Amino acid sequence: MTTLDEKSIYGPVTNWQTDFDHADPSYNENAHEIWSELRGTCPVAHTERYGGTWLPVTHELVHEIAYDTEHFSSRGVVVATVKPSDLPDAIPAPIGGAPPITSDPPFHQDARRILLPAFSPKIIDLWEPEIRLLCRELIADMKAADVVDAATQFAQHIPVNVIARMLGFPPEDGSVFRGFVHDVLEAINLEPGKRAEAFMALDAYVAKQVQDHIDNPRDDLTNFLLNAKIYDQPLSLQHVGGSIILLLIAGIDTTWSSIGSSLWHLATNPVDRRRLVDNPALMPTAIEEFLRAYAPVTMARVVKDDYNFHGNEMKQNDWVLLPFPAANRDPEEFENADQVLIDREVNRHAAFGLGIHRCLGSNLARLELRVAVEEFLAAFPDFELAPDEVVKWSVGQIRGPRELPVRINARTL
Amino acid sequence: MKVQVDQSKCQGHNRCYAIAPELFDVDDMGNAFAIGDGVVEPHLAEKARLAVANCPEYAISIVE
Repeated sequence: MTTLDEKSIYGPVTNWQTDFDHADPSYNENAHEIWSELRGTCPVAHTERYGGTWLPVTHELVHEIAYDTEHFSSRGVVVATVKPSDLPDAIPAPIGGAPPITSDPPFHQDARRILLPAFSPKIIDLWEPEIRLLCRELIADMKAADVVDAATQFAQHIPVNVIARMLGFPPEDGSVFRGFVHDVLEAINLEPGKRAEAFMALDAYVAKQVQDHIDNPRDDLTNFLLNAKIYDQPLSLQHVGGSIILLLIAGIDTTWSSIGSSLWHLATNPVDRRRLVDNPALMPTAIEEFLRAYAPVTMARVVKDDYNFHGNEMKQNDWVLLPFPAANRDPEEFENADQVLIDREVNRHAAFGLGIHRCLGSNLARLELRVAVEEFLAAFPDFELAPDEVVKWSVGQIRGPRELPVRINARTL
Repeated sequence: MKVQVDQSKCQGHNRCYAIAPELFDVDDMGNAFAIGDGVVEPHLAEKARLAVANCPEYAISIVE
């Protein structure tokens, strides 16, 4: 579901060093080449778009900014035509609109500790049978076809279903969630007024679900948040709604992208696909390598005050993109950084971020990714890109295939 | 040989726990700690080295 009339207020990019645009359709499609070129020329690209935005592309600089909460705020994490400082009623730092992802210290840690136990590895592992069953149901619906879209018929549904169950939201609202996710993460270059409309619709939807949980309490994350306390007080409804928006938005496109990119790699690399089918013991290193090489998430920060960052004159309220996927491809940090090696044993990747904002859902994302790849390979050991069909990549900070047509019974080996 | 997790650096990526559950465990918040006194039996030395080499936050160290 797309609720917005999509028309960028910016033109096509002609210079990635001085006028980049992460919402230009050619950015995600050619991301690895663009980062590699920028790494060689300027490690920090700049654009006047979105009110001024910076893009560091080395592991060292991304690492430095991720750790520097003194000069960089998380108050805004999606670079778009609307800045937090443009919104008169925006919740300021250190809380922000979707705690804890939009929060700064010291509030950040207190808000994060509320949610951490629900996403710790031992609690998340309990979801494995349900995720596996879900994958098998999706696969059963695809088996009769020759060509299927692994992104829209498979990958997309896994995180949507899991997060709906965790929050206790209606499972039939999957397409509604995907519409919101698209509006927030992909429709970023529209006129500011249109973007505000999308956020109002999202807030209204979440408020309705929260009210339903107040009226009809049950055992799920929404009621858990409604019962949670911070500084001995119940969370405000704004905090509850903001955290739900975080879980809804951050958990869907990201994992969907990661599953899609991993399947894209296996569809285009028959040797790796065959190795994984024949030797499932490679799965742990393969999953970490897919996370490194195809990390889906670029985060963002807002510059707190004018700041000279390694010779770059950053202005107060400028955006800074934090491309963890570019850091993961930096040859200064990784041997053979541009090669995908499914048996790579030393892999200190930053797919889930670095520092205090490490992805809260990383254990869930990793579980969904592993089970999805295992089940897809078990059902379709010989799949490949469908000839004459086109792979469509996302736009914006989350990178992954949005359409991935594959022939599921290919016989290439 | 012993492993140590620096609690001020660990952010809960859980790479060590996945690689070497014999040596590391995680608490309710998902943060890692070394099991027991961190002593590494010789047959787990390679796993200990991999846990160190894969920690994104450089939170794990080996003390001889």
